[in-house]
Amino acid sequence: MSDPTAERIKDIVGGNDVVLFMKGVPAAPQCGFSAAVVQILSQLAVPFKSVDVLADQAIREGIKVYSDWPTIPQLYVKGEFVGGCDIVREMFQAGELGALLSEKGVAAAR
Amino acid sequence: MAMVQSEIERLIKDALPGAHVVVVDLAGDGDHFGARITSEAFRGKTRIQQHKMVYDALRGQMGGALHALALETSAPK
Repeated sequence: MSDPTAERIKDIVGGNDVVLFMKGVPAAPQCGFSAAVVQILSQLAVPFKSVDVLADQAIREGIKVYSDWPTIPQLYVKGEFVGGCDIVREMFQAGELGALLSEKGVAAAR
Repeated sequence: MAMVQSEIERLIKDALPGAHVVVVDLAGDGDHFGARITSEAFRGKTRIQQHKMVYDALRGQMGGALHALALETSAPK
């Protein structure tokens, strides 16, 4: 897939410490799973860039190919795919997500 | 067309022989499922790898016919 979409995704994921591909925007998620991840990131007080896949059909399909992962939301930290809603939630509950963020040098706001 | 519970369970068990699989219809709408899967095949794998194995078992239905499947995967204790 040497198309412009893959390049765009690579730029977004590479250009931001924490990126969440989601349905809707953080203030108004359009899906419960996206909402759950937004809530977790908010609780961790970590700044993140969000990409609304509903507003961009090419990204919506392209991101699934990029990560070889079939669903949205998808969380990336420092260019690395962390997981979808279930994994993010499990990691958060186990304290692993906060640990990963500090390990990667992504400072929480507080 | 949505997938039924028994079909989800069967596809996972076919792909992961000996796995213990519990599928529940979370919202009672035939569209939002949860699955708890325990399989020896998960041992030593990351969560992403484990979930991918389940998605592979569902042969592309995930994100299509199957809208939502909350996963909890682990190797037997």
